Amino acid sequence: MSALSALSSGETKGETFVINVGPQHPATHGVLRLKMTMDGEYITRAEPVCGYIHRMHEKMGENRTWAQFLPNTGRIDYLAAMAYSHAYVGAVERAAGIAAPPRAEYIRVITSELNRISSHLVWFGAFLLDLGGFTPLLYAFDDREKILDILEALTGSRLTYSYYRFGGVCNDVDDDFIRGTREFVAFMRPRMKMYHSLVTDNIILRKRLIGIGVISAEMCRQYGATGPVIRGSGVGYDVRKSEPYSVYRDLDFDVPVYPEGDCMARYLVRMEEMVQSLRIIEQALDKLPAGPVMASGVPRTLKPPAGDCCFAVEAARGRLLVRIVSDNKEMPYRVRLRTPSFCNLSLYEEASQGMMLPDALALLGSLDLVIPDIDR
Amino acid sequence: MISSLQELADQFNKLIAQDVPLPTTPAVPVAAGAQVGTAAPEPASPVQLTDHAAKGFHLDVRLRPERVVAAATLMDENGFAIDAVTGVDWMAEGQMEVVYDFFHPAHAWRVVVRARVPREKPELPTISEIYPGANWHERETHEFFGIVFLGHPNLTPLLLPEDATYHPLRKDFKA
Repeated sequence: MSALSALSSGETKGETFVINVGPQHPATHGVLRLKMTMDGEYITRAEPVCGYIHRMHEKMGENRTWAQFLPNTGRIDYLAAMAYSHAYVGAVERAAGIAAPPRAEYIRVITSELNRISSHLVWFGAFLLDLGGFTPLLYAFDDREKILDILEALTGSRLTYSYYRFGGVCNDVDDDFIRGTREFVAFMRPRMKMYHSLVTDNIILRKRLIGIGVISAEMCRQYGATGPVIRGSGVGYDVRKSEPYSVYRDLDFDVPVYPEGDCMARYLVRMEEMVQSLRIIEQALDKLPAGPVMASGVPRTLKPPAGDCCFAVEAARGRLLVRIVSDNKEMPYRVRLRTPSFCNLSLYEEASQGMMLPDALALLGSLDLVIPDIDR
Repeated sequence: MISSLQELADQFNKLIAQDVPLPTTPAVPVAAGAQVGTAAPEPASPVQLTDHAAKGFHLDVRLRPERVVAAATLMDENGFAIDAVTGVDWMAEGQMEVVYDFFHPAHAWRVVVRARVPREKPELPTISEIYPGANWHERETHEFFGIVFLGHPNLTPLLLPEDATYHPLRKDFKA
């Protein structure tokens, strides 16, 4: 029977076909491929195919010194690179018994949270673009540019920062940074209100997101999904609270949680996280202590004692774990990067089963994937 | 459900009580300038409460490879989430270490479970039936190290090319 006559007679039930989404596709944000087996408009199986930009950062970690691996950490999740440097630097400091001075820790928190907002703004623009709304992207990227300017003046890079060092940060913040950051916080608060009235209350958006792509808390646990994904499923898990690092213990902030588990819940979690990050930045600026930004006496060539240790941070996309193994040499014996996008994507095959194709793309966007964060 | 890490440590001790004790890591002399190192001396007890501030985890468990499924089941029953699975190649000792990381979404607990397999026959059972999230981590560990997870539904390359026959994170890998 020809396809056309099968369609006209309605006898298509049970017949499946495969469509290919990506590896170059606007909805996959980078080179991710989805092999989708379809039953009409419905997905019977969506298999992610990864590895298109795999660079083997973990092997690179084994053939350069501890410090030479630092620039790699800015090139894994290029939208929220600060957190990656933070996790790696934290792991090495833990292994070598180095403590960064308080001023450096506050600067780390301020820059990491600025980076979280800039990352969420990219997600906001790109996610709405996936859903067919073009305009919000222009606003989001305009606001994000303000953060990138602040961070570029401080670190020299727009995205691939290599600003943290074992024992501190590479240079101190100046008055321009503090003034610029305060101005940004004051500017961004009313912008968030504007975003909500422009986008969140939009009826088309609500119909595309509410009740779509429901992920249960149990599924998050079984797959190790974290970040806004697990917090959109009713679990208030945040590494900044559960394994507090740096000076997060001294700062007052809330962890936004929504119980619905749908795309709207993940959307709202990220929107509120930006407000919380503004809160953290403001407090950290108020409390910013004087003093050095580098610990003294950190050797140029580190040789941490033999053994392994871990350091986890809350990256923009969720839990990031760096596990290092040292054999007391100037190069790491092993560097393991447990990245949030990898685990968050791994539940996609199960979560997208039975969904309609456009809804499955909304689900994909709501996971906020960065492909080099998966492929590493 | 456990209420403390000590309770969890007791459960692990019960789990491995009947097992043949693990051999202590043989001290392998390393030639000067060798590219491979040796592990730090391992703690006397296979179930060890550790200082989170120093190590980044609370409980460190070493067990025999045939016990990993029982260990994962114990983690699952106590509400832990899968964090990661990975390997470490201890070439000088002729062993590969498989490391399982777990975190708890409600309590702030971190548990590490390790098992060592012989380097010439690196095989151990899969835990992907207990934790579907382990599926991808085991695929990755398989392609990077050549460690075989018996019973895994789809042990094909995930990040490397589909026809890759090499294992780049083995210490004797030459590009």
